[in-house]
Amino acid sequence: MVQKNKSSEKLKELGEKVIKEIDKGKNPSITIPIRALSNVLFNERTRTLELGNKTSSRYFFNVAHAKKFLQTIEIASILKKELLDTGKHEHLRGVFYIAKRTVPGTNINIVDEQVESDKIIEDLEVITGLSREELHVSANKMGSLVGSITMIDSGDTIDCSKLGRGGYSIPSITDELEFKKVNAKYVLYMEKAAIFERLNEDKFWQKNNCILVTSQGQTTRGIRRLLQRLSEEEKLPIYVLCDGDIYGAYIYSVVKYGSIALAHASERLTIPNCKYIGITMDDVINYDLKKQLIKLDEKDLARIKQVSQYDWFKNNKNWQRQFKMMKDLKGKVEIQSLATRGISFISEVYLPEKIKNKDLLE
Amino acid sequence: MKEVPVAERLAKEQKSISISEFFLKNRHLLGFDNPTRALMMVVKEGVDNSLDACTEIKILPEIKVEIHQINENRFVIMVEDNGPGIVKQQIPNIFGKLLYGSKFHKLKQARGQQGIGISAAVLYSQLTTGKSTKIYSRISSKKPAHYFELQIDTKKNEPNILKDIEIEWNKEHGTKIEIEIEGRYLKGKQSVDEYIKETAIVNPHATFIYITPEKERYEYIRATEQLPHEAKEIKPHPYGIELGQLMKMLQDTRANTLQGFLQSEFSRIGDLTAKEICNKAKLKPDDKPKKLDHKQIELLFNSLQEVKIMAPPSDCLSPITSELLEKGLRKEINADFYVTTTRSPSVYRGMPFIIETAIAFGGELEKESQARLMRFANRVPLLYQQGACAITEAVSETSWKSYGLNQSGSNLPTGPIIIFVHMASVWVPFTNEAKEAIAHYDEIIKDIKLALQECGRKLNIYINKNIRSKEQREKINLFEKYIPELALSLSNLTNAKKNDVEDNLKKVLKKELPTLEAENGAKE
Repeated sequence: MVQKNKSSEKLKELGEKVIKEIDKGKNPSITIPIRALSNVLFNERTRTLELGNKTSSRYFFNVAHAKKFLQTIEIASILKKELLDTGKHEHLRGVFYIAKRTVPGTNINIVDEQVESDKIIEDLEVITGLSREELHVSANKMGSLVGSITMIDSGDTIDCSKLGRGGYSIPSITDELEFKKVNAKYVLYMEKAAIFERLNEDKFWQKNNCILVTSQGQTTRGIRRLLQRLSEEEKLPIYVLCDGDIYGAYIYSVVKYGSIALAHASERLTIPNCKYIGITMDDVINYDLKKQLIKLDEKDLARIKQVSQYDWFKNNKNWQRQFKMMKDLKGKVEIQSLATRGISFISEVYLPEKIKNKDLLE
Repeated sequence: MKEVPVAERLAKEQKSISISEFFLKNRHLLGFDNPTRALMMVVKEGVDNSLDACTEIKILPEIKVEIHQINENRFVIMVEDNGPGIVKQQIPNIFGKLLYGSKFHKLKQARGQQGIGISAAVLYSQLTTGKSTKIYSRISSKKPAHYFELQIDTKKNEPNILKDIEIEWNKEHGTKIEIEIEGRYLKGKQSVDEYIKETAIVNPHATFIYITPEKERYEYIRATEQLPHEAKEIKPHPYGIELGQLMKMLQDTRANTLQGFLQSEFSRIGDLTAKEICNKAKLKPDDKPKKLDHKQIELLFNSLQEVKIMAPPSDCLSPITSELLEKGLRKEINADFYVTTTRSPSVYRGMPFIIETAIAFGGELEKESQARLMRFANRVPLLYQQGACAITEAVSETSWKSYGLNQSGSNLPTGPIIIFVHMASVWVPFTNEAKEAIAHYDEIIKDIKLALQECGRKLNIYINKNIRSKEQREKINLFEKYIPELALSLSNLTNAKKNDVEDNLKKVLKKELPTLEAENGAKE
């Protein structure tokens, strides 16, 4: 409960600061750290993305800011009154619906679309320094876990080696999970659920004594927090398996160093010592996947140019070599392409070999 | 059997047809091609005659149009005016003889041009109903009123008088006609209703009373007592002449010398110009006009086209004028903004003309639909053949986007707007005898575009200013709506009282208002 009071107090402080300005006859404002590449720094020492100290001010009496200002205070009051003070949690979607109403005498809604309230919640995170989880807001569950680990989730003991084909559904807030018994030697995180299903069916985690984690698409905060905790608390190596393309490289970098949008939360989410297992451009050659290459289009090339310039990749010789190979090969390759060598090639040959030979990218 | 040469046999079958018979068979050429349009044409011919008659004697016109429906497709049209009336002897000719009139041979701005007008209506009536046309006319309170019933002898193109009596009529002077035809009455953009409304707009000095077949009564009261400037008759300008016409003029002239002919029969030819023309044509100024041979006439014709001659005088034109056009618009169309332009005179093929345009914007006009285009020639609304008209081309080719309207491709713009284009000329070049579409002369299209651009620029200023000030007001009003909401959220977030926060926010708003208005204005 100490935590909840702290969050509630921080939101209240925001409100009180605004009221103080109003009482003084000032145009009330909220100061928000800027969340854009221009204000994101790569800290060489901690090897994570950090938010810089550039801020912007949001004024109520300003035609361009007024609505966002109102949204910010309205959502802050919802989070405090409806969630933190009652101890309940709500989804991003739910918060959107609580906030969605029409300003009397107008045809203007406080929020029209969920993206608006989502953005405001992120704003409130950076304003207060509290995480979304600390504000009692959750997102959609998007990931699964299976392997040699037993956890306690809200009092229920869950043996993740006995959960069939679907595995454990990772909740959006993973701070409160308790690790009871961990036999695994490492964690394999993959962006593709299809690969997760393949490896689960092949009992890969049993044979190799590991934990498999997947998200469907983007790595959610819950998964990142869970991976971070497994890395820090259980000292398990984290291996990331992605498609062999620029987007895979970026997913890996988000897990490892953090993302631009959530740079303010890096401390709780990044895993600086996780490693990239594949698919690398060298794998394309070593495992004879050249014929499986998909031709790069202009968008891909532009993204390679952009990502290779990011501070956290700029001085990384290994990754610069990968980017160069992508351009030379003029192609990208999906994890699934390994299936041309046999359905279980990935679980029987590729992954065991890569891990045994420590053929990993930093 | 004796062979008859084919040519001889054919010759027997060939005979001249009277003009009446020709139009009987080609009524579409006169605009009587379907019952709906026929009804409108009869009203139009009647009203045109009445307006022209009033203008001639400088009377403010008061015209009453009444349509009675007899059965599903039979109508009696009555048009009554306070004009000068018609002298008894002329009545049968004017109504009972095609191509009889005083306008055809004149170069003067007038509504009708060919004098087919009202007699065509009589012919159409006779053709579809077999009824005669009734005419009441009185030229002065000192003279009796006359009543005629007439038809046209189509073979001879002569009036057939069925009744000719003196009657009692409680009108000092004026004319009234009653024509029964087969027709159809519809509402909409090409209806009699619309024709009368548009006529009222471009004739703001006239009062119209109109009773529809459904017994609705419309009164269009004049917006000005000012009579239109009287159009003067002019002589042809050399640039507008055709060879055949020149030959006829040479035969008809009373001048004895070529120089005299040129100076007296054309406008803008003086002593020096006449000599120059003769020189260029290798003719002598004292040659006899009637003695020129064909070759010489051709040389003269070419010379007339080549010598630089001043543009024709424009006092022969009678524009509505911007001011009166706006008055006409304001009384019949409910909009927020009106702009009118009268161009200075221009010339096509030696014919002077003036373009006037106007725009009505906003108000009760429909926001999302395509612009309404109203076309006029010599104060007559053109309701048909919009697609074939030079005015439509000029309007579509104008880039309305630059004036704050939407427009897709080369179409009319969209928005709450009516666009008016009026062409006044001694000779409006219609594409055909129905006189509904103006022919595509570059000079005319160019001038219409210039006039529209002038209106467009003013419209754009209005739209910018209007929308800006409206948006600004709306945005500032919004703060007043937001304040209670913000106060509520803040009181939920803290322990502050909502009313206190609200009051204080209102105080801040008062203080910030000037800055807000300035910022908002600067942004647009």
